[in-house]
Amino acid sequence: MIRELWSKFVAPIDGPLMAFLGLLILLALITMASASPARLTTLLAHLAIALTIMRIVAQIPPQRLMYLALPIYVVGVLLLVAVALFGDISKGARRWLDLGFIRIQPSELMKIAMPLMLAWYFQKRESMLRLREYFIATLLLLLPVALIVRQPDLGTSILVLSSGFFVIFFAGLPWKIILGLGAAAASAAPFAWHLLHDYQRQRILTLLDPEKDPLGKGFHIIQSTIAIGSGGILGKGWGQGTQAQLEFIPERHTDFIFAVYSEEFGLIGNLALLVLYALLIGRGLLIAANAATLFSRLLAGAITLIFFTYAFVNMGMVSGILPVVGVPLPFVSYGGTALVTLCLGIGILMSIHKNRMLVQK
Amino acid sequence: MEFSNAQEGLEQFNRRIAIAGGFVLICFTLLFARFVWLQVIQHDYYQTRAEENRISLIPVTPNRGLIVDRNGEVMARNYSAYTLEITPTQVVNLEDTIDGLAEFITIEAKDRKRFKKLLEESKRFDSLPIRTRLTDEEVAKFIARRFRFPGVEIKARLFRQYPRGAFASHVLGYIGRITERDIGQIEEEGVETNYRGTDHFGKTGLERHYEMELHGTSGFEQVEVDAGGRAIRTLARTAPVPGNNLTLTLDVKLQEVAEKAFGERKGALVAIEPATGGILAMVSVPNYDPNLFVDGITTTDWRDLNDSPEKPMVNRALNGAYPPGSTFKPYMALAALTLGKRRPEQLLADPGFFNFGGHMFMDDKKGGHGMVDMYKSIVQSCNTYYYVLANDLGIDNIAKFMAHFGLGSRTGVDIEGESEGVLPSPAWKKQRFKKAEQQKWYAGETISVGIGQGYNAYTPIQLAQAIATLANDGVMYRPHLVNHITDTKSAQKTYIEPQPLRTLPLKQEHIDVIKNALVGVNKEGTGARAFAGAEYVSAGKTGTAQVFSLKGGQYRKDALKQELRDHSIFIAYAPAEQPKIAVAVLVENGGFGAQAAAPIARQVFDYYLLGKLPPGAAPADEAAKEADE
Repeated sequence: MIRELWSKFVAPIDGPLMAFLGLLILLALITMASASPARLTTLLAHLAIALTIMRIVAQIPPQRLMYLALPIYVVGVLLLVAVALFGDISKGARRWLDLGFIRIQPSELMKIAMPLMLAWYFQKRESMLRLREYFIATLLLLLPVALIVRQPDLGTSILVLSSGFFVIFFAGLPWKIILGLGAAAASAAPFAWHLLHDYQRQRILTLLDPEKDPLGKGFHIIQSTIAIGSGGILGKGWGQGTQAQLEFIPERHTDFIFAVYSEEFGLIGNLALLVLYALLIGRGLLIAANAATLFSRLLAGAITLIFFTYAFVNMGMVSGILPVVGVPLPFVSYGGTALVTLCLGIGILMSIHKNRMLVQK
Repeated sequence: MEFSNAQEGLEQFNRRIAIAGGFVLICFTLLFARFVWLQVIQHDYYQTRAEENRISLIPVTPNRGLIVDRNGEVMARNYSAYTLEITPTQVVNLEDTIDGLAEFITIEAKDRKRFKKLLEESKRFDSLPIRTRLTDEEVAKFIARRFRFPGVEIKARLFRQYPRGAFASHVLGYIGRITERDIGQIEEEGVETNYRGTDHFGKTGLERHYEMELHGTSGFEQVEVDAGGRAIRTLARTAPVPGNNLTLTLDVKLQEVAEKAFGERKGALVAIEPATGGILAMVSVPNYDPNLFVDGITTTDWRDLNDSPEKPMVNRALNGAYPPGSTFKPYMALAALTLGKRRPEQLLADPGFFNFGGHMFMDDKKGGHGMVDMYKSIVQSCNTYYYVLANDLGIDNIAKFMAHFGLGSRTGVDIEGESEGVLPSPAWKKQRFKKAEQQKWYAGETISVGIGQGYNAYTPIQLAQAIATLANDGVMYRPHLVNHITDTKSAQKTYIEPQPLRTLPLKQEHIDVIKNALVGVNKEGTGARAFAGAEYVSAGKTGTAQVFSLKGGQYRKDALKQELRDHSIFIAYAPAEQPKIAVAVLVENGGFGAQAAAPIARQVFDYYLLGKLPPGAAPADEAAKEADE
């Protein structure tokens, strides 16, 4: 009886994906216990909620998700408009919408709604993909991205933009256009520079020369590279990172938690983490390759590459090769919303994998 | 067709999945390369930087050396007290913070004012005291509310204390918070590291001259700090070495007798041991309480001290320059003997004036002193004798001879800022004035100089050094206040070995003539009244320095305002046969030397030579002892 319930409970869960996720969560708990032990309880609560959502989503077949794609997208865009009009300002950015009983950040929703919408759109137009379709898809992508950029929230807009781009890429956007866009982006960079906010420009300048303002804008990046570098090959040991324990690393439980991890577990620990992410991503790409429909292929591929984007941008910025943008380390950084979004993505992947045989059936 | 289309689409998709996979691997390899760069290749560099972050060297201020008198009585010491300090850079709103603290700690208006002044003078990252000497109760109250006041701390600090207050303040000087000027000196000495944790510096007096001795060597604490700079734990500690102690040549009890002898009068006194140059007492009154300066003086106190017409901040013994008046005469006589211009027994008829080219130089005794020889000229202080002598010697000879006695040049005493005084000569006048007609030396001016008036201006310490040199038969020492410096660590004593500066080119028989006359002054001359009944033989010379030129009019003391009255001067030594103490006393606006200055010298001698206290005066500690019994 219990065994039956258990097997029913675990049925939609993908073993390898769950194993990699479990190991990542374990690392997250170990690191949080060192970086900010007081937050462990809340982290466990976040995990419980996120995993529950993952389990629920894993049971929803992709076809159902398809029906939800358009409504979620429309609601998401409307909420973003509402944020632009009535949103709360916190730390100089208008990101939050106060609905009276709950404060939500609609841009977070777009990280999932975006690939869902585009995958749905390409599925609808499957047999007649021409340039027009890619163009419309691009418009669908740029509308919410523009709203998020305006908030301003560079981190989230990069994630939403890339999530949409991945769908378009997997949908077969011709290489000529990709290369053309790349060239155009490169040549437009000087103009884009003027469109950036002062603080965003500053972050890029800081990346190029953090020592220019060591106690001000360069402080984050200097302290995190010191933490990583001083960790050495084997690391200083759990709870022994002086940069972390003496609070030299800012935001050490959220965006900069990688510096804490890296200082205490060294190059070996970093390698383990990279391998773990690579395995998770590899599993995701495999699921995408084996998915039944174009919708699920595109969705699975895009979601997997979002995980990659999170991981790469975060580790890149903490180690000082990318500008500082607010992107957490996936499954490790403290933060309920991001965790829920990420686990939602895992749930979708699991659902797609369970339903891969749909057509054959 | 559709099937192949779909097949083609699937193949394309799988290709792109593979490409994405490859891209992910490339990016992760890039990250890994970055980690290898940071954690393997650059590891040592970042390791060092992390250590630098973590470990902070905190200087530990050494205890300042003590200052004690020749008998070991403490004149400057330290005590530990709690201060409430604010680091302005860590405080958002200073006013609010101070108001908040004032709710449970007494912060008076003067504390706020002083803090404001410190704020203006301070370096950027200093923590500055808003209150000093907190009570235990106040400390407890603050600690309970500490979390409300970031940037505010309680610190245990050592404070300088001068236990006798204003007593001997011009000798001791005071310390105050380090200012730009002090930093300049610290850099000049190359001792910046040693002063990293120090916030006080000697400003005047011995505290300034012996700053480097008194300061000591800072210790260092290696502390682990967090990003906020708060110390987490101490890793290592090098103890500070306390500053060296100064033992003075000064005798506190003698100093007390001398200061009391002045009463309410202004003036200066320097008493020197002729055989060593050691200063036994150095008085400048009125004085001030150096304790006021230690925590940072309030603006009101500072203004009171500076603007007072009594000028308590001026060390008259070193910076007051006064005409020596008749105390100049013994040296004039000695010059005459040395240069062969007079024999002691040579007589001069004094009609009561000296007519020099139609200008009458008056004697102070109407009708004159009659027939005057050298002895009588000194004992009775006959002006006419010296008018004629000055004219015979000439200004150049006078200036050259007086320079031997150190008049008009700094003595080199161990206190900063000594004045040079003025030894007048044609050369000096040429340098002093700009206009050609002012630069010219007039023969009449030599006559005034001959009786110690005119441009003559010497500091009391110069007068004391000169009489000590005469008492010591022409062997001259540098006057000094410190007898020895004790190294607090090794207890080794470094003595200030008194080396004679020079031996004056004088003949003993000439010196004896003058000394004999000086004994006569106190026995039967102008000093006789002050020294009546003394149990020892003393030598002295009275003098009166003109403040106000009477232009031939009659000097009437009561008709003149106090500040225009003459200064009373007395130089003396005793015992005459083997001098143990030489003294120069100056009482501002005291009138004739015999009236005001000579009795002070008598009290000083009586105490120093016989241990006799002036009637009605008992040193504070003996009075306290009696009260205990």
